Amino acid sequence: MIGMNMEDYEIVLSARADGRLTAKDYINGLTTDFMELHGDRLYGDDRAVIGGIGLIQDIPVTVIGIEKGKNTQERIEHNFGSAGPEGYRKALRLMKQAEKFKRPVLCLVDTAGAFCGIEAEEHGQGRAIADNLYEMSTLKVPILSIVNGEGGSGGALALSHADRIWMLEDAYFSVVSPENCANILWKDTGKAADAARALSLTAQKLFKAGLIDKVVKSGDMKGLASDVYKELHSLMQKSTENLIDDRYRRFRKVGY
Amino acid sequence: MEFRKFFLKANNELEGGSILPRARRITCKKCQKQVLVSKIRKNYFVCPECGNYFSVRCRRRALMLCDRRSFRELYGELESRNILDFPEYDNKLAAAMEKSREKEGVICGEGTIGGIRTCIFAMDANFMMGSMGAIVGEKITRLFEYACDHSLPVVGVTVSGGARMQEGMISLMQMSKVSAAVKRHSDKGNLYVVLLTNPTTGGVDASFAMLGDITLAEPGARVGFAGPRVIEKTLNQSLPKGFQRAERVMECGFIDQVVPRDKQKEVLERILKIHSICR
Ligand SMILES: [Zn+2]
Repeated sequence: MIGMNMEDYEIVLSARADGRLTAKDYINGLTTDFMELHGDRLYGDDRAVIGGIGLIQDIPVTVIGIEKGKNTQERIEHNFGSAGPEGYRKALRLMKQAEKFKRPVLCLVDTAGAFCGIEAEEHGQGRAIADNLYEMSTLKVPILSIVNGEGGSGGALALSHADRIWMLEDAYFSVVSPENCANILWKDTGKAADAARALSLTAQKLFKAGLIDKVVKSGDMKGLASDVYKELHSLMQKSTENLIDDRYRRFRKVGY
Repeated sequence: MEFRKFFLKANNELEGGSILPRARRITCKKCQKQVLVSKIRKNYFVCPECGNYFSVRCRRRALMLCDRRSFRELYGELESRNILDFPEYDNKLAAAMEKSREKEGVICGEGTIGGIRTCIFAMDANFMMGSMGAIVGEKITRLFEYACDHSLPVVGVTVSGGARMQEGMISLMQMSKVSAAVKRHSDKGNLYVVLLTNPTTGGVDASFAMLGDITLAEPGARVGFAGPRVIEKTLNQSLPKGFQRAERVMECGFIDQVVPRDKQKEVLERILKIHSICR
């Protein structure tokens, strides 16, 4: 496994590297008949979040992903994968739609963090993220979240209140970026590698701590597709009550 | 016995945090005037000269809102550990305990407000900026579960810089844990009133601070997700006046009322009374 031999900070850098697969690649690789659905029905259509419906083999699914884009033009179009409140509200709208039609939700998480800006704040960035955590906690359909690149703090968490959280072996999930952490603690962004190690942010470490459920081998889309199918299939066997209770317990036990 | 301890402790000095010395007079940072400590204390920890809000320690907060002698602390025995063996965290925890004279950054309990039985939590800015780690999340979650089981309303006072980075993902996931507990409490028809105080930001803003049925705030309190300096740096421009202040956040639609400190108990009593009749 890649993650085993890499320094924690190298994993952070590789999670951000150019040329990585983005949400669109996973949507293409994991689903068929995908159709994108736009807008939050409240204010706008945040292109940092893409969402829609499709099939995973014979299972209809709702897919929601944070898209970073691959070249300059795409990156600008998708706001470098930093979503504002409209993005999180679009995600929630699509999740509620999935609940109505009883199809599971697949989230693809790859963001340096929620967008920082005056508009984002005044449109309720905090409330939008909070709402997702709140509503996802009792959503009546299975939710599987895969962190395929950067799991940047609250902005990534807002799509990760799931029955299962998986992470690519070369992805990270962290409360704060290692650079910011080093800056706050030691006034020295050069110590980001030390911060990365201390933050315990790699897939391997988070799996060992029981905070995520699976470490996904990178570069094996077929294997991932088959695992996703099996997982969704098995989650769909649960009664709604068990599903929601188990999801509650999944987060309830964290930290104590 | 326990009550007595609170009162003795609380009356020892001005509850503005340990930055304020045990003196008869202190200099208000805003108006630079020398003010009698006893006057500030009588004035709900607001400067009688200029109206500046001093920060209030969590225990004092709970006592200010509850009816006299009704507050009983819950989960006070829980204490943080350095789970990740994070550098310098042990020292920081020890310093925070000394500074705040609390074991953690939140106090939880049960009491009455206007005679109505209520669960209360209040966060403390003196404990590592009110940051949320595993124990802060655990205590608030337990309180919501307790309130849910007993069909009690929850009143929460927030002050926080966000998730506590020394506990890594465990602290981030407290946002999920508490939000789920708030949802369960709410789905049973129970009331949650939150009072946002300066500052309420980051992971606390993006979870239980924004999930109240009724959202109140102290005048001038900073309420927002991203820190203002981070936004300034990202946008490379200065921020508009009043940005992220309670009054502006209310204009944006995220706060029901901005309530001055001397009116807070009265407003809470009214809200609780109306809801106790409705059910
Ligand atoms: Zn003053």
